[in-house]
Amino acid sequence: MSLINSVPEMVLTTKLDEVLNWTRKSSVWYMLFGLACCGIELIQTGGPRADIERFGAAPRASPRQSDMMIIAGTLTLKMALRTKVLYDQMPDPKYVISMGSCANCGGLFQLAYSVCDGVDKVIPVDVYVPGCPPRPEALTEGLLKLQEKMMQERWLVKGSSAQAAA
Amino acid sequence: MSLAGYEFEVQRDDGLETEEMTLNMGPQHPSTHGVLRFIVKADGEIMRTAIPDVGYLHRSIEKISEKVGYHGFMPYTDRVDYVSAMQCNQGWAVVCERAAGIEVPRRGEFCRVIACELGRIASHLLSVGTMAMDIGGMTPFTHALREREKVNDLLEDLCGARLTFNYMRIGGVAWDLPPGYTEKVTAFLDQFRSLIDEYNDLISHNKIYVQRLANVAVISKEEAINYNLVGPNLRGCGFQYDVRRDEPYSIYPELDFEVPVGTGEVGTLGDCFDRYMVRIKEFEESSKIIRQCLSMIPEGPVLAKVPRKLKPPVGDTHIRIEGSRGDMGWYLVSDGSEFPYRTKIRTGSFSAMSIVDKVSRGLMIADLIALIASLDVVAPEVDR
Amino acid sequence: MSPAEIYKKLQDQCGDGVESFEAEALDPFIVIKPDSLVETCQFLHDDADLAFDCLSNMSGVDYFKEDKIQVVLHLYSYPHRHKIVLKIDVPREDSTMPSVETVWKAANWLEREIYDLLGVVFSGHSDLRRLLMPEDWIGHPLRKDFVEPEEYHGISTRRESLLK
Repeated sequence: MSLINSVPEMVLTTKLDEVLNWTRKSSVWYMLFGLACCGIELIQTGGPRADIERFGAAPRASPRQSDMMIIAGTLTLKMALRTKVLYDQMPDPKYVISMGSCANCGGLFQLAYSVCDGVDKVIPVDVYVPGCPPRPEALTEGLLKLQEKMMQERWLVKGSSAQAAA
Repeated sequence: MSLAGYEFEVQRDDGLETEEMTLNMGPQHPSTHGVLRFIVKADGEIMRTAIPDVGYLHRSIEKISEKVGYHGFMPYTDRVDYVSAMQCNQGWAVVCERAAGIEVPRRGEFCRVIACELGRIASHLLSVGTMAMDIGGMTPFTHALREREKVNDLLEDLCGARLTFNYMRIGGVAWDLPPGYTEKVTAFLDQFRSLIDEYNDLISHNKIYVQRLANVAVISKEEAINYNLVGPNLRGCGFQYDVRRDEPYSIYPELDFEVPVGTGEVGTLGDCFDRYMVRIKEFEESSKIIRQCLSMIPEGPVLAKVPRKLKPPVGDTHIRIEGSRGDMGWYLVSDGSEFPYRTKIRTGSFSAMSIVDKVSRGLMIADLIALIASLDVVAPEVDR
Repeated sequence: MSPAEIYKKLQDQCGDGVESFEAEALDPFIVIKPDSLVETCQFLHDDADLAFDCLSNMSGVDYFKEDKIQVVLHLYSYPHRHKIVLKIDVPREDSTMPSVETVWKAANWLEREIYDLLGVVFSGHSDLRRLLMPEDWIGHPLRKDFVEPEEYHGISTRRESLLK
């Protein structure tokens, strides 16, 4: 937030977009979508040591109550159809973090006949976190990158090219 | 008063129509352990049957073995049961060594057993923690995760990875124990003892926990054997069988440990509480095994000389090893080339899922969660 | 009991159902004819000296060059702690064989998996349908001549190399 402090008391001046985005990024609730091995690392990221909840990301069970979907694990073709259904149920604005090699591009299961090579074939992805599985620190950095991305969004200026780029 | 087996009458007045409900549980659900789906046909709250629908994590691991070769398949075995990946590594290594006639050096065997038993502790921690969370208590879950982080640190010191290790090789293990490892592991085991007591005080003999689990989903010994239930699930029915003691492999014949069984102490023999209690007691046995290994470990190499392109003789082999979820049967068919012809893995969770349909008749829907948690099913073992 | 003794006892009881015995392999196995499979398995399960109460593993192997699919059963006995391997050969075209679900309930899901991935039809099975693949999948993936489809419900199965 830019601090142009011309008043000596406790007053901050900033843009409305940035305040809005600051409140939105500090409370990104993610849907529990642990599919495979990365799901265990997702649980440990939400666990006591690498606590992702201190950034405001609380786990939710239902897609209707969540802002973000972390695809943690291998997406099989049988599951890909259900993933699309779950993504459509999430209310706007929604974000997707693709966690792990399997969700990014199929990972080491590209040789398989029943695996969808990458979740971006089914739904649009905002942040890709590499690793097999990514460490909790890597996933936290992915979340912080998503927060940076959210700070760039513009809400008040309609039809602006900046919003289209976000 | 037990909550299960509660008889009550449904008053059906004239003109009241009732019909069976079909509910869908999963595949995305906070309580199913991974992507499992259950089609529950229920009459109100009582289930007529719960049909499992699996295959949402079928990653065709068995077919991939035919493309990557013997050595290249080791990372894929981690993903067969990622919660306790060391035992799966050992299964593949043992079956290849039996097929090709390779002998593992003694120090390598000890390293394997230490790694496997640490993996067993980590796996049971997650199982017990998620079971408590499914029943409703959030705190034991965070306690279990805290201890699991410590085990992850130990395994990371050993092989560099936290979850999918790729530590073992055909003919031994990849790296020796790092310096100072014995002290670290002993320090962990000493403070881990207090966690077992903490768990017993917090949940094992907690009145609510006992009421939720006692007399729920009783499986008799004959039924368990007919459905090929293995591991802690079979031991929970009172049948004392453990592959490490009865069909031993590696250096287990030289180690002294007991095989805990369910005793029906707070309910019927073979209910959910017995299966849970077996896992708590196995913490103690695994700690014993690790301490013995650390004191008995000899000097020497950890990896035997194995050709880079391994070509076992033509034929098939079958071995069983004791994984955290029961014994895993590994079947390997070799045609003399450097790629396996067929690999088949039969896991403990596969048999456990097949019994859910039968045992869930007459249970309440909330008890289905307790049943799945007590059977300790993970999705990748069922689907591979 | 050793595998040779088990084979002898089996041969005395149901001689014409048993085809051959291979004693020199790493795991000695008995080849059984498909038609008399259920009877043989029932005897192995019920007899007091044999007591094979556990079906430990059941796999199917596609021998493409010999034009057959072989189903391998690994049996284990908890009372006597001995084991045996049974093998049954079925042709690749129109492969059917009887189901042993009535003897061991564990065979229910194991046979469904073999049906799903290899296409062997088990007659007498209570609920033979696909287990691991989606219900509308075409083909049996573990066969050696299986060709991966180009797409499934609009999702393409091909991915360009990321190195380009």
